[in-house]
Amino acid sequence: MEQARRVISVIVLNEASVLSRIAGLFSGRGYNIESLTVAPIPDSKYSRITIVTAGSIKVVEQIIKQLHKLIPVLKVYEHADLVEKEMAMVKIPLSESLSDIEALAHAYNGRIVNVGSDTLIVMVADEPMRVGHFLEAIKRFHPKEIVRSGSVAMER
Amino acid sequence: MQISGAQMVIEALIAEEVEVIFGYPGGAIMNVYDAIYQQSSFQHVLTRHEQAAVHAAEGYAKASGKVGVAMITSGPGFTNAITGIADAYMDSIPLVVISGQVPMSLIGTDAFQEIDAVGISRPCTKHNYLVTDAKDLARILKEAFYLARTGRPGPVHVDIPKDVTAQIASFDYSKEVELETYKPTVKGNMRQIKKAVEAIANAKRPLLYLGGGVISSGAAELVREFVQMTQIPAVETFMARGTLHHADPLLISMLGMHGSYAANMAMSETDLVIGLGARFDDRVTGKLSEFAKNAQIIHVDIDPASISKLVNAHFPIVGDVKNVVESMMVLAKEQVDPLRYGPWHNTIAHFNKLHPLSYTEEGDRLKPQWVVERIGQLLGDDANISTDVGQHQMWTAQFYPFSRPRQWNSSGGLGTMGYGFPAAIGVKRADMERVSVNITGDGSILMNIQELMTAVEYKLPVINVILNNNFLGMVRQWQTMFYDKRHSQTDLSIQPDFVKLAESFGGVGYRVTTKEEFDAALKDAVEKNVVAIIDVVVARFENVLPMVPAGGSLFNMMLEYKDK
Repeated sequence: MEQARRVISVIVLNEASVLSRIAGLFSGRGYNIESLTVAPIPDSKYSRITIVTAGSIKVVEQIIKQLHKLIPVLKVYEHADLVEKEMAMVKIPLSESLSDIEALAHAYNGRIVNVGSDTLIVMVADEPMRVGHFLEAIKRFHPKEIVRSGSVAMER
Repeated sequence: MQISGAQMVIEALIAEEVEVIFGYPGGAIMNVYDAIYQQSSFQHVLTRHEQAAVHAAEGYAKASGKVGVAMITSGPGFTNAITGIADAYMDSIPLVVISGQVPMSLIGTDAFQEIDAVGISRPCTKHNYLVTDAKDLARILKEAFYLARTGRPGPVHVDIPKDVTAQIASFDYSKEVELETYKPTVKGNMRQIKKAVEAIANAKRPLLYLGGGVISSGAAELVREFVQMTQIPAVETFMARGTLHHADPLLISMLGMHGSYAANMAMSETDLVIGLGARFDDRVTGKLSEFAKNAQIIHVDIDPASISKLVNAHFPIVGDVKNVVESMMVLAKEQVDPLRYGPWHNTIAHFNKLHPLSYTEEGDRLKPQWVVERIGQLLGDDANISTDVGQHQMWTAQFYPFSRPRQWNSSGGLGTMGYGFPAAIGVKRADMERVSVNITGDGSILMNIQELMTAVEYKLPVINVILNNNFLGMVRQWQTMFYDKRHSQTDLSIQPDFVKLAESFGGVGYRVTTKEEFDAALKDAVEKNVVAIIDVVVARFENVLPMVPAGGSLFNMMLEYKDK
C-alpha cells in the first residue's frame, strides 16, 4: 500500500498525561512518528499537537479514529490543503564566513540570531522540505549542532 | 461537606448505588479500607487474589448490567489486577477499578510497592486517572462511572495516592459530568438507516451478524422482535450467545473459527451482512479477503473506530444498537417483506442438515460435548454459565442451549485462562436465584483455584465442572494438527486430587467417569448449595470441530479430523 507522508493536528485538553496517551497510541501499534510538536492554544484550556507520520490511507484513517477515541481529544484533522512550517537552528564555528552564512539563511527565511565567542547560531523557518535543503547546504560551514523544531501546520 | 479522600470514595460508591465491591487490601489503600470497615451500605468481597477481584467484578457486571467495582493496593496488587483490567477492556465490560498508590511525595522514587500504575493501565483502559488532590475526587469518580457505562463500555482505572486518601477537602457529588471532549454518538444517522433498510428490503440472502454489543446495549429483546418481524436469519458471535433463544429457528448458531458449518456457510453465501455490535474479529472472519465476499455490509456500532477497521462497510452507522434497531424497525415494518427469504431459508436448512454440530459417542469415556449438553438439559435456563478458556469453552459456546442474554459469561477477546471461576462468583453475587456454573478445564481451573476460599466464605456457591482430559487441550489440539503431534508442555497427567482439594477448602468434590455419576453429582451439588468441583474424566483426544485453521477462509472448515 502507498506510504505517504501525513500531517495530523490533534486538539487536546491541556492536562497531565495527554501527550503520553497520544504517543502511546502510536508506539503500541508500531506506527512511527516523524515529528511531533505541542503547545497550548492561547486563551483556552486546549493544546494543539501537530504530528507528522507516514502510512497508507487505511492506517491513517484508523489512527485518526483511535485518536478520536481518547477521552481528552477534542478534534483531529488530517490536513490536505495546509500551510506547513518548521524551524531549525544551526551552530557554526565563528571561523566560517559570516556573510556567506547570512546570505544562505536569508534564502530560507532565516538569519544569524546569536554570535558567541567562538560559535554563531543561525535559524531558518520554512517548509519542512526547504529546511531540509538548507541543512544540506549549510553542511559546508561545518555545523557543530543542528536542532529542528518539527512541523506546525494550519489549514489554508 | 469536608471529608477525607478515603471517605469520598465511600460516598461516591454509595451515590452510584454500588451494592458490592470486590477487592484485596494493602498498604497504600489502607485508609480506604478503614473507611470501608466503618460503613454498611455495600458489601466488600475479599477475593484471594487481585486478578480474581477484577474478574469477579467483570462477572458481576456482565450478569447484572451494572458497573463492576474492584479495589486493590499499589505495586503488586495493581500488577496482579492488570490481566483482569485488560480482559474487561477487550470485552467492553464496564468497570471502575480503584487502586492505592504510594504518597505523592514518594512517587518517582522507586518507593516500596510503587509502580507507574497509570502508565501500565493506559493502553488497556477506556480512560485512567492519577488523583493528585482530594478536591478532584468527586469529579473524577463521577466521570469514571460515567465513562465506564456510556458509549462503548469499558474499564476505567482511578489511582489514588495514600496521602490523597488522608487529605480533607470539600466533596460535592451532585455536579453533572461535563466532558466537552467526550460525546458518544448514540442516535444513528437517519439517512444511513434509511439506505440500510432499503438494502435489506432488496437483499435476497440477508444475514444478521450479532455481536456482544447487542447484549451490552440491552437490545436483545428488540433484536428478537426484529428477527421475528423480518424473518431474517441470524448468526451469533461467541460474545453474543444467548441473544436469540437457542430454539429460535432463525438462529443458525455461532460463526467463526469454531462456528457451525451452517453459520460459516451462511456468512459466505449471504448478499447482505447486517452487523450489529460486532467487530469483525479475526476469530470470526478468518481470511479477510474471502470473508462475506458476495455481500454488502451494514455495520452498526457505538465505536466509530470499529467500523471499517477490518472489513469495509457499505452502510456504516455509528450509534447505540438499541437506538438504531428501533429506528430500523419502523422502516422495516413498511418495507421488508418477510416472505421473500423462503429460498434463503431453504439453503440454510440444507447447510444445517448437511453438517450439524455433532459429536460421536464411543466407548465408555464420556464425551465433553455430552457433559455440556447434559448440564443444559438438567439446568437449562436456571443456570448462568461461565467458562475458562480452551476446548471446554468452545464446546460450551457450541453446545449449551442458551435461552437469554447475560446467561453466558466468558473471556472472549483476551482469552484469559483463570477467568471463569472468579467471574462465576461475581455472576452468582449478581443473580443469587440461579445456579452459577463454571465449565472449565484441568488447565484453567488451577489458574485461580484459590477462589474456593472466597466462594466458601461469602456463600457464593459456584459449581465448577472440569472437563478433565489431562491435557492443555486446545494447545494439544493445535500441536496434534499443526505440529506433527509434538505435545510440548501440554500433558497435564500429574494432577491434584480435585475432590480432596475442594473438600480442604470446605466445598464438595466429585470424581465422575460415567453419565449416571455425572447426573448424580450435578444434582447433589445443586442441592448442597456450596462451592463444588465436579471432576469429569472425558475422552482425552477429542477435538473442537468444525475448525477454520487460523488465517483460512471461513468456508474452508475442517469438519472432521482423522488421526494419521
